[in-house]
This record gives sequence, structure tokens and C-alpha cells, in this order.
Amino acid sequence: MSISESDVVNGVDAGPPAGRRSPLNTRRLGDRLLRVYVWLIIAWLFLPIAVMIVFGFNDTQSKSNVTWQGFTLKWWGRLDEYPELVAAVLNSLKIAVLATVITTVIGTLMGLALGRYRFRGQGATNLVMFAAIASPELVMGASLLSLFISAGVQTGFATVVIAHVLFSLSFVAITVRARVIGLDRSIEEAARDLGASTWTTFWRITFPMILPGVVSGALLAFALSIDDFVITQFTSGATQTFPLWIWGATRIGVPPQVNILGTLIFAIGVVIAVVNTVNGRRRT
Amino acid sequence: MTEIQVGTEAADAASRSPQTPAIELDEVVKEYVSHGEVVQAVKGVTLTIAEGEFFSLLGPSGCGKTTTMRMIAGFEDPSRGNVRLHGQDVTNVPPNRRDVNMVFQSYALFPHMNVWENVAFGLRRKKVAEAEIKRRVGEILEIVDLTGREKRRPREMSGGQQQRVALARALVNNPRALLLDEPLGALDLKLRQAMQIELKRIQREVGITFVYVTHDQSEALTMSDRIAVMNDGMVEQLGTPREIYERPATAFVAGFIGTSNLLSGTVDCLRSGFAVLRLGDEDQVLAEGGSFSAGEPIAITVRPEKIGISTEEPTGDLSIVRGIVSEVVYLGLYNSYTVSLAQGAEVTVFQQNALDSTSTAERGDAVWLSWRPQHSYAIGS
Repeated sequence: MSISESDVVNGVDAGPPAGRRSPLNTRRLGDRLLRVYVWLIIAWLFLPIAVMIVFGFNDTQSKSNVTWQGFTLKWWGRLDEYPELVAAVLNSLKIAVLATVITTVIGTLMGLALGRYRFRGQGATNLVMFAAIASPELVMGASLLSLFISAGVQTGFATVVIAHVLFSLSFVAITVRARVIGLDRSIEEAARDLGASTWTTFWRITFPMILPGVVSGALLAFALSIDDFVITQFTSGATQTFPLWIWGATRIGVPPQVNILGTLIFAIGVVIAVVNTVNGRRRT
Repeated sequence: MTEIQVGTEAADAASRSPQTPAIELDEVVKEYVSHGEVVQAVKGVTLTIAEGEFFSLLGPSGCGKTTTMRMIAGFEDPSRGNVRLHGQDVTNVPPNRRDVNMVFQSYALFPHMNVWENVAFGLRRKKVAEAEIKRRVGEILEIVDLTGREKRRPREMSGGQQQRVALARALVNNPRALLLDEPLGALDLKLRQAMQIELKRIQREVGITFVYVTHDQSEALTMSDRIAVMNDGMVEQLGTPREIYERPATAFVAGFIGTSNLLSGTVDCLRSGFAVLRLGDEDQVLAEGGSFSAGEPIAITVRPEKIGISTEEPTGDLSIVRGIVSEVVYLGLYNSYTVSLAQGAEVTVFQQNALDSTSTAERGDAVWLSWRPQHSYAIGS
């Protein structure tokens, strides 16, 4: 926005004399280059997603959906053509929702404790959290599998949820902690001073103030869970999820229904993210 | 004052006996453990604050004034000693069940609520009827001049407006005392001075006890009925602004409040109720107070505006010292002279620019300084 504004200003009252390269001219060129660069980055980020969306409308005849054959809506009517795919997507959604709820509750409490109090083991907790983020999924998946096997736990739906909670917990805790650290403690004291119990103070004051952080953390957890492949592969047993089904399908060709389901999941994510951003802007 | 007291609370207010002090602190001590060492932030403070009084806790940062106030509010538990509100021991009562309200330095407004919701918060917690809340919030917003801004969020308001929301949010509960923690610290000078007068007006209007924490001596002098000057966790002096300014009890108070000259010497003799202090050969300083004996070393303070400066020797029962003018500064309202005494001390003298704007003496002149004996106070060393 500010780029176009400065363009207008330059054009109206600061037109440089022709044939001379003024500093203003250089700045205008810089602004243009910056704009091109920004659009290139946006394109780079969104091109793969656009391809996924577009190929959901591809009138492909073959098993593999990689060359454009013409526009069609027929795949939208045949979403249930592969029952195992539908089951896998439902599984993924169930796992993601369950893991997100558990992660958000535990992670928010962790974030509150880490942001607010000094306690024994705090440094260790921080270290473990960053280790959980930094450790390769392959390592975490393999170690979880050997843990479940040695503990005699049958891998399946429950172990996938446990694994997903495990690797997304740190993200929620860190997001909430950042929010908590930024809080003015005297706001909560003011609530207490005005007669609110600790319980009321938390729900009426603290929680609304950290809510944007909690929602961001929950979104991260959901996004991490719904598309996780590596750790899920190790811990899923006989349970099929959306990413696992796609991986299996790549050998024989990914049907356009996968693109459509991917588009839907992406759209839900975008809607939630937009709502959270708008809310956050209104809130603080 | 009656306009925000209603129903049972009006009866309650009437039952507040003027003899019962609003706030009593009894040998209150606050200790912290920091790096394995016990640090005393407040070292035994005893205060009695009367109903309806504007009371200030004044002192430099780290003197324990905020900790003292937080113990009254209930945010800190005293390590020893008792806090009483209207005769009731509240030492172990949590802040939400104490009938005092606080205005925070950062205002601490609820960012996710509008002005109306902020102000109504305390009444909602007390389950006051909705119609009653509506009336009282409306009234208090009128007192702080914020009518019409009920739907604003705190961040959409200026610092001065946020300040008044914080004040209204506390006052609407009709607390037995209002605690204010450097509430004007974040405002610019002009607004601060306007708010000082405003606060005093509101206090008179609602008739509530105000306890005011500040490090700004002029603010404390302007607004307070009484001031407790604190230093290093203790009360150095307790008195009216006039007492504190005119008769500082300690060197700290003399130095912290206004400008003060400190002279030390030994008592030469006692004459007509005054101790005569010798500084140099020709100098004599008379100080009030009977309990001195000859030969005793003492220190006295004298305010710069009490000292007369002249190039001729003054006569009478005055404190008289000689010196050389080392600096003259024209300050508009008055001239400030710095005079070096023979034995090395420097004395500051303010001379008002009332009739004649030319200065009495110039740099390098030999002058006599004189003041009345009752303007010298012997202080504890």
C-alpha cells in the first residue's frame, strides 16, 4: 500500500527534471523491484497449492493426474469413489481434532507456567521443548515405535494421537509462553483488586488476553497433525491416514479426489487463520 | 460525596466512625529472599491514616513505598506486623476481599473490554443489580468527564483519558480507601499538573481516603494532607506538607524535599533559648531547640529562601555568616547565589525578584548572610 502511495506523491509534486537521475527516481526503481520481488515470493509459496487446486478440476482419463486435459466438476460428485480414501481422511480429521484439543490444553498450561513462574526444572523443560522441535521426525518416529513395542503397546489410532500430541506440544507451549511473557501482570492484579477470585480472573482477564496465542498454537498443532507422514508411518499400525493413503497411491497414480480433499482441508485452514487474524486485530 | 453512595452502602458509610482510622499499619516488615540473602524492603513501618485523608508516601525509588502500598492492597503479605482497615485486621485477607481499590501506574485497564465494561467490572463481581450498575457507572464517568466514550477501547484513548478510566474503575466501587501508585508518572508535565488539581477535586467530591505513592516531592506537597517521607524501608518523617518542608527532621528529608543548606559545627554556648554555633571566627549561627550542651557537634538546615544577603553587616539576634559570592544565576522568579564560607561550606541563597531586578551582589563580592534563628533546625546526624 505504502509503495503505491509514494508513487503517487512522487508523480504529483516531485517530478524530477528529465534526463537527470535524481535520488527520487532511484527510489522509485527500488520500490518497483521490491514489489516484483514480493510477488515472486508469494508466487513461489502459492504455486504448488494452486497446482493442487487446479488439478482437482482436471478431466483426466489416465490413472495419473499430471497433464491438463480440460475442465470438469465430475470429481466433486465422485468423492466417495474410494471408500478407503474417505476413511483415511476421516481418520486424519479425528486424529487432528483430538490431538489438537489435548495439545492445546496441556500446551497452554505449560506456556502459562513457563511464562509466569520461576521453578525448579524450568531450564530443563525449555531444553526438552526445543529438542522436541529440533529432533528429526525420523528419529522421533523410530524411537516412539521402539518405545511402543518394548512397552507392549499395540500401535494404532491411540498411538498416533499420542505421537501427534508429543511433537506439537512444544509449538503450542512456546506460542502461549510468548503471549504470557508480554502480559502486564498488573492487569490481573487489577482484576483481583476489583473483587475477582483467581478463577474469575483467569477466565475473564487472563484467558481472553492470551487467546490469540492459544488459537495460533492450536492451528499449528492441527496443521502439523493433519499432514504428518513420517512419525505417523512409524506409529500407525493398521490405521490409515490421509497422507499415508496418498503415499500408497503414488505408486499407481493419485486420483483427483485427493486434490479436492486437499483443497478442502486447505480452505478450512485459511478460513480459521483469517478469522483468528481479524479477531486478534480487534482484540488488542 | 453522597451521589455515588447508595442503599446499604450509604448506611454503611454513615456507620464509619470518624474516630476509627481508615488504615493502620503496625510495625509492618517485608522481607525477601534474594540469592540466599534476606533483604528487608520495608523495615517496620507504623502508620495511621485517617478517614477522608489525602495521604502520600513519598520517597526515592526502592525506598519501600510501593511495597508498603501493595501490603495495604493485599498483593504482598507482610513478613511481620499487621494491617488494619477500619479497625479490622486484614493481614491475611486476599486482595479481592479487601474494601480498598488501587489505581496502577500502568493503569492496567482490561484491553479486551471497552470503557463501560472496564468500569463496571468491580460492580459485576459484587453482583450489584444491572440497573444500579448502569446508574453508578454513568455517574462516575460523568465525574471523570468521560461521558460519551463508553464504547471506546483503552488503546483508542489518550494517556490522560486512560488514567481517568482507571480512576473511575476504582472509585465506582466506593472503596474505603483508594490506593494510587504513581498514577501520573506516565503523563507529560502539563497534563500531570492538571491531573493533580483534578485528583484533589475528585477526592474532595467523593470524600474517600486517598493513599498516594510518589517520588515527586512537588506532587506530594501540592495534594497531600499529610506525607510520610520514606527512605531505605523506613519512615523518616511524618507530617503535613508545611511541617515537612519547614522543619525537616533528618538530613535526608531536608535534601530530598526542596533545596536545603546543611551546616555543621559545635555548640559554643546557649543564649536566650538558642544554641549558638560557631563556624568560623566571625560567624555565629543560632539554632532552636533546648537540649544542646556546649561542645556538642550538631548539624543544622536552613532553606535558601529564608536567608537574606547583603553587603553590609546586619544587626540583631540573627544567624550571621560571612562569605564570598562564587556564583549568581538569574532564574526569572528569583536570583540564586552560591556563597562560599570561610571554612569551606557552600550556601545557596534565593532572593526573590520582587522590586528590583538588579542583583544585590556580584561574583567575588564579600557578603553577609543572615536569617532568623527559628529558620535553623538542628537535625539528627
